[in-house]
Amino acid sequence: MLLQIHEPGETPLPHETEKGLAVGIDLGTTNSVVAFARDQKAEIVRDARGVGLVPSVVAYFEDGDPLVGELARRELLDNPEVVVSSIKRLMGRGPDELAKLGDALPYELGPPAEGGMARLKIGERLLTPVEISADILRGVKQRAEIALGRAVDRAVVTVPAYFDDAARTATRDAARLAGLEVLRLVAEPTAAALAYGLDSQAEGLYAVYDLGGGTFDFSLLRLERGVFQVLATGGDAALGGDDFDHAIAKRFMAERGAKLDRDHVKQALVTARLAKECLTDRDDWDGFLDLGEAESEHKLTRAEFEKLIAPFVERTIQIAAATLEDAGVTPDQLGGVVLVGGSTRVLLVRQHVAEFFGKPALTDIDPDEVVAVGAALQAEALTVGSDTLLLDVLPLSLGLETMGGIVEKVVERNTPIPVSRAQEFTTYQDGQNAMAIHVVQGEREMVDQCRSLARFELDGIPPMVAGAARIRVTFSVDADGLLTVSAKEATTGVESRIEVKPSYGLTEDEMAAMLRASIDNAQDDMERRLLTEARVEARRAVNAVQAALAVDADLLSADELARINETIEMVERAMSSTDRAAVQGAAEELEHRTKIFAERRMDRGIRKALAGRAVADIGG
Amino acid sequence: MTNAPQTSASTNNGPALAVCWSCKGPVAWGALFCDTCKAVQPPVPLDHFARLGLKRDFDIKVPVLDQLYFGFQRQLHPDRFAAAAPKAKQISQSQAVAFNDAYETLKDPLTRAAYLLDLLGEKVEGEGAHTIADEELLMEQLERREALMEADNPAAVEAIARHAKVDAEAALSALASDFASGDKIAAKRGYLRLKYLVKLGEEARARRARLTLAR
Repeated sequence: MLLQIHEPGETPLPHETEKGLAVGIDLGTTNSVVAFARDQKAEIVRDARGVGLVPSVVAYFEDGDPLVGELARRELLDNPEVVVSSIKRLMGRGPDELAKLGDALPYELGPPAEGGMARLKIGERLLTPVEISADILRGVKQRAEIALGRAVDRAVVTVPAYFDDAARTATRDAARLAGLEVLRLVAEPTAAALAYGLDSQAEGLYAVYDLGGGTFDFSLLRLERGVFQVLATGGDAALGGDDFDHAIAKRFMAERGAKLDRDHVKQALVTARLAKECLTDRDDWDGFLDLGEAESEHKLTRAEFEKLIAPFVERTIQIAAATLEDAGVTPDQLGGVVLVGGSTRVLLVRQHVAEFFGKPALTDIDPDEVVAVGAALQAEALTVGSDTLLLDVLPLSLGLETMGGIVEKVVERNTPIPVSRAQEFTTYQDGQNAMAIHVVQGEREMVDQCRSLARFELDGIPPMVAGAARIRVTFSVDADGLLTVSAKEATTGVESRIEVKPSYGLTEDEMAAMLRASIDNAQDDMERRLLTEARVEARRAVNAVQAALAVDADLLSADELARINETIEMVERAMSSTDRAAVQGAAEELEHRTKIFAERRMDRGIRKALAGRAVADIGG
Repeated sequence: MTNAPQTSASTNNGPALAVCWSCKGPVAWGALFCDTCKAVQPPVPLDHFARLGLKRDFDIKVPVLDQLYFGFQRQLHPDRFAAAAPKAKQISQSQAVAFNDAYETLKDPLTRAAYLLDLLGEKVEGEGAHTIADEELLMEQLERREALMEADNPAAVEAIARHAKVDAEAALSALASDFASGDKIAAKRGYLRLKYLVKLGEEARARRARLTLAR
């Protein structure tokens, strides 16, 4: 057994063993994968038959719990009306955006939720993409708990690098709903690079080409002695293998001369997928499309298939080229190109990638599993500690709407995160006492061509002539890529702070209601979180005082020392209870009773500094 | 002499001692961690060069900058504080932000030059910047831009881009020697010229991409 020595402040919490395991989850458009790492070795969690992929499909029957994964996927042909797939494409998107998708959205929209989030009508239920994703995550979590034999309550969840703030927030909310604390949202290509780099000790510049079911990501990274630095990222959050399926399905439907009925589209897509997968290692495919009333026979050669998908593949190469150009890197400078995502199995994709980069791509780690492996490694790094470090960037610029609907960029894309930037704005009317702030994300000049993230109002601006007020808006993006915006009027200090709730998000109340409704979270998620925080804080306070005693205990009389030690014991006792108020109270008491000690330590520090200066003066 | 003792990270005449937020004891001003209780300390106001432990100099070797930056982020990135107390997490984030800001500014010669000029009292960007009328530079840029607009095939645009790139490299080394000799006015002109050339190069690349796509 290894003896663990902890630095002060890093001592694990009491009851650490009560905590569940931390896993890595790749929440994919088509499939999800969960992995668990120990000693920098990650294992994919597989079912009894050795399958690691869990189809990101949920079936909602009238009674009983939702079915997730393969079982749900099998219902696609017989009961398409209760089955949801590819929900990831809808994360963070508003009802009006979904309505625009038309044929590509094989669901009926219900009335949106209070916070503006779109809801789908599935059978008798109204469900948001967040709830549906939470059901997938719950299924994946359960699989891990069965395989690992312990509770799982924390996770690193991956998101496409190109996901905007709304989609990231939606993903985090889905995890919370599934009873998972999100340790970190990690970009999928970054996770893949982590898995790859740690495995092969690679150094230098690497590109990650990630074509999944619904998203395309391209990232350029520098790998150097355990540091994974993202230099640039590009992509399309709505481009993937699903588009290949749609193109094939459309052809089949046209051949049948059938009109597009929602459930028919779902079934045609299943057949299209089969044809696509078959054409990976064969030159032609033929099969039947059975839509209940009539069967039709279809044929597809690889050449025809490639012609159908060529425009999509071409677009991915254009994005890759533009991203490299942005970073001032040419393909020949790359040490390698890592392929990620099931759609990179398509031969045409591999050909185009090899042609553009001038070298065959690296596929040593299964492209379907590599992201989950990286996520699991990061989960271990964040809970147990490690020497690796992920330095990520903001994928899309953040800005504010100004006069005339023009976007003023505040943080440019590809800026390393965490980042904090401020910009000053002024009023444009005499006596204007409020200002509407509209936060957008995207690269275009005009507000209506960017994603609307949030709107809020700063009021109480004292009446001044136009242009006299100074409103300072600060954007802070944390390491997860999540944004907080605050605004302050400089002359009066009127402040307004919001955590950016997406324009199409869930309200706090909705989130709370969903948490209450989910059985996994019968015990109060929020209270548990606060208790953990209080214990961590109390532990910090105790460690700090003990560290100070180790150096300066001679500043205290025996009585004073005894009193402080007593208080420490009291804090320790409080920490082993579940009474949050007691934990906080004890920690505050400790702070209070060590005040004199702290003052004497400061006095000693100042005397020492002065003595040092006197010596320096003599020396100089 | 009443020089305040300086901490290693400080070239500033700020107070030498601060109070550690965690153990409430003395901590050297600008220290990243408390010697006594090891708690991470909030960033102090420092210029970007001092923050990264560099001399205030235009001549920076980017690989050296990278190593310094990685070294600080290894200690301060919020991922290192995933299990720490909320206050420590928040402080680590503000430290990571400060180092990201310093790194981003100094990595690119153009932003580094603008920043250094600002420190030297010759603001060239943003509010309060005083521009200089440089007829010669203006004419040169007008001519080049016109040539770019008239170039109607990728090869012609490529030639302009290449020309701009060669000139930008020359302008960069001229700028470096202006800074080295302490000629602020020449450095300011050199900065503006470099900025135009870099921008022209970007526009040429964008135009080439458009022309290539149109074919």
